Amino acid sequence: MSIFEYAPAPESRSIVDIRPSYGLFVDGEFADGTGTPFKTVNPATEEVLSEVATGSDADVDRAVRAARRAFTRVWGPMRPADRGKYLFRIARLLQERAREFAVLETLDNGKPIRESRDVDVPLAAAHFFYHAGWADKLEHAGLGPAPRPLGVAGQVIPWNFPLLMLAWKVAPALATGNTVVLKPAETTPLTALLFAEICQQADLPPGVVNIVTGAGETGRAVISHPDVDKVAFTGSTEVGRAIARAVAGTEKRLTLELGGKAANIVFDDAPIDEAVEGIVRGIFFNQGHVCCAGSRLLVQESVHDDVVASLQRRIGTLRVGDPMDKNTDLGAINSAEQLARIRDLTAYGETEGATCWQPEGDLPDRGFWFKPTVFTDVSPAHRIARDEVFGPVLSVMTFRTPDEAVAKANNSTYGLSAGVWSEKGSRILKITDQLRAGVVWANTFNELDPTSPFGGYKQSGYGREGGRQGLSAYLRSDF
Amino acid sequence: MTHVLDPNALADTSGGAGTPPDPFADVTRSNDAFRAFLHGLPGVDQVGAEARAKVLGTRSIKTTAKAWAIDTAISMVDLTTLEGADTPGKVRSLAAKARRPDPTDPTCPAVAAVCVYGDLAGVAKEALAGTGINVAAVATAFPSGRASREVKLADVRDAVANGADEIDMVIDRGAFLTGRYLDVFEEIVAVKEACGPAHLKVILETGELVTLDAVRRASWLAMLAGGDFIKTSTGKVSPAATLPVCLVMLEAVRDFRAATGRQIGVKPAGGIRTTKDAVKHLVLINETVGADWLSPDWFRFGASSLLNDLLLQRQKLRTGHYSGPDHVSVD
Repeated sequence: MSIFEYAPAPESRSIVDIRPSYGLFVDGEFADGTGTPFKTVNPATEEVLSEVATGSDADVDRAVRAARRAFTRVWGPMRPADRGKYLFRIARLLQERAREFAVLETLDNGKPIRESRDVDVPLAAAHFFYHAGWADKLEHAGLGPAPRPLGVAGQVIPWNFPLLMLAWKVAPALATGNTVVLKPAETTPLTALLFAEICQQADLPPGVVNIVTGAGETGRAVISHPDVDKVAFTGSTEVGRAIARAVAGTEKRLTLELGGKAANIVFDDAPIDEAVEGIVRGIFFNQGHVCCAGSRLLVQESVHDDVVASLQRRIGTLRVGDPMDKNTDLGAINSAEQLARIRDLTAYGETEGATCWQPEGDLPDRGFWFKPTVFTDVSPAHRIARDEVFGPVLSVMTFRTPDEAVAKANNSTYGLSAGVWSEKGSRILKITDQLRAGVVWANTFNELDPTSPFGGYKQSGYGREGGRQGLSAYLRSDF
Repeated sequence: MTHVLDPNALADTSGGAGTPPDPFADVTRSNDAFRAFLHGLPGVDQVGAEARAKVLGTRSIKTTAKAWAIDTAISMVDLTTLEGADTPGKVRSLAAKARRPDPTDPTCPAVAAVCVYGDLAGVAKEALAGTGINVAAVATAFPSGRASREVKLADVRDAVANGADEIDMVIDRGAFLTGRYLDVFEEIVAVKEACGPAHLKVILETGELVTLDAVRRASWLAMLAGGDFIKTSTGKVSPAATLPVCLVMLEAVRDFRAATGRQIGVKPAGGIRTTKDAVKHLVLINETVGADWLSPDWFRFGASSLLNDLLLQRQKLRTGHYSGPDHVSVD
């Protein structure tokens, strides 16, 4: 116990009005679903927050028909500059109601309020602002003289960044003139439903954005609906494969943003204190529920002991607990299922012979929690070095030469992101060029921006989101 | 981080006065060796350091934690007046404030020290007699340090003779920036010797060193030369104390203690005017070097207007409402 203990600093939840139950958002209105409703819980307390409708095949069909109608009659023919105005309006409303979104996201997801407040919500607004600007400039995007929208986009998003992933999907789709049927994750539907209110508040024409909640079956109905022109999915590689199979042989366009097992490479000439910060940010940001998390730390052997010692000291200062406390660094694991998966994979790590380290300290009694964890003595053959844990678990390996670092970093079925730490600019340029990953950070990690395309190599998926490149996933430019 | 500080890589021999503590005893055997050592310290990524300081700046310190932080910050203040217009009367008035910062509340702690020019150290000493509050005096041709070594040392001896318990010296930034590290080192050693029993704070004037790499090197240089504290600024150059600079200096004292066993204090000075700024520094200490530095023995704020804001915030916590600037004394 330090002499300087921070008193609890909880963010007030009174700003959010969570309804006891939510329907589907179809054609501009909330309507009951015909499936069996499900409950969404606060993973930090296991308190039931609300009951949410499940969209059946018939509900999804209604949503797709509404989206088609809106595309044909209103959104498709609309002047691009006017579409931009709607997006700017949505972006501003997100900013105005930022605190509300941040609190709701933290309650439903378990992530620290500091992150939802400082990262998720501002970035979501930034994505709408960025794409609003593109709406009337698409002929200058390098995608042909008159790129045209695809039609109806069916989008399925994960639970790790519920609102942000919605923004990544909805903003480019709308800016390019498409309409949307979006299915949020079943453990985190609430901010998407609050976003539906924003659509109403912005007077977005009915049917342009439809939100259909539910679990896997609902998602399957969305992506396999015959009148959907474009499928966009972010989530696990396993589900991504199933979607690719379902979409194969159809006219549907597909982008997949899947798992990752990013290498974070620390050379001996790295700025060590900042590298340690970057390692922490890379793997413990959002409890490690990040597809681009730096879950494989590759340290040059000559600095391994120092880096690990510094890292452990730093992890000891991480504040784990109530996500609503403004000083919390590490919140709750999103669900009991995910917690079980993390426990399962870390147990493998120990049986396979890696050394497990966790800081001192207690975890809350209720809710789903996992301590920040570091595995040393990890071999590239271990499962914790190969499988995506999607939790606060870091695997530390070593290398001796730059070539070995590159070989080990690329030795993965994934290729979403990577990091390089060195004070030597020429080394950074050379190494980043050789890494087979969609995003490579130099002397930083998990830095996201709407102007920068994001996406993977290999089993991390295909297509890019964000930036000029991200627009092409929603445009037809081939004639 | 100490991994590049392997002293065995840098030959042997040394000894005599001004020898750095083990295991760095021989790094000052020549300017080249010293340069190799200082430039072998791990670099500081400016963007990363600023980002870290910014995140720590968002900590929300409330209620009991805030009350503790305010009292601790008050007890760490070096209440400072460094004006050409300073007079014995002004110094006595400052000393009175140092003893009882809030005359309406006897539970308010006293400050750590009163910081003046050397010629007024005697006045301060007399006014603070029996209080336990130290007298700090700036010396060595403060603030520019542009004088011969003899003049600087005479300045130090004069301040000590006048009763200064602590000497705040400035390093020769010109020598540092031209790479004459050993000259800077030797000057600090000489000043330390001239201090006698007085504690030595070494002002790096980070606003003139500019890069965080230079701040880290200067911090190590000053610690190796025997400084008891490393201090950011004179307050006469902008920018003065900033959170990223303080972060790098705290990392330096942390690593220095890990390597040598010697604990060195840190004093940000200049530009810290609000309670919020002060609390951010305490958070920075807490989460960088830990509670061992959360005491006036190891951390000071060089400030003047900061104290009144701390007192206003303290009154606010006690009474529940804000009072105006007339509820605290002018210096």
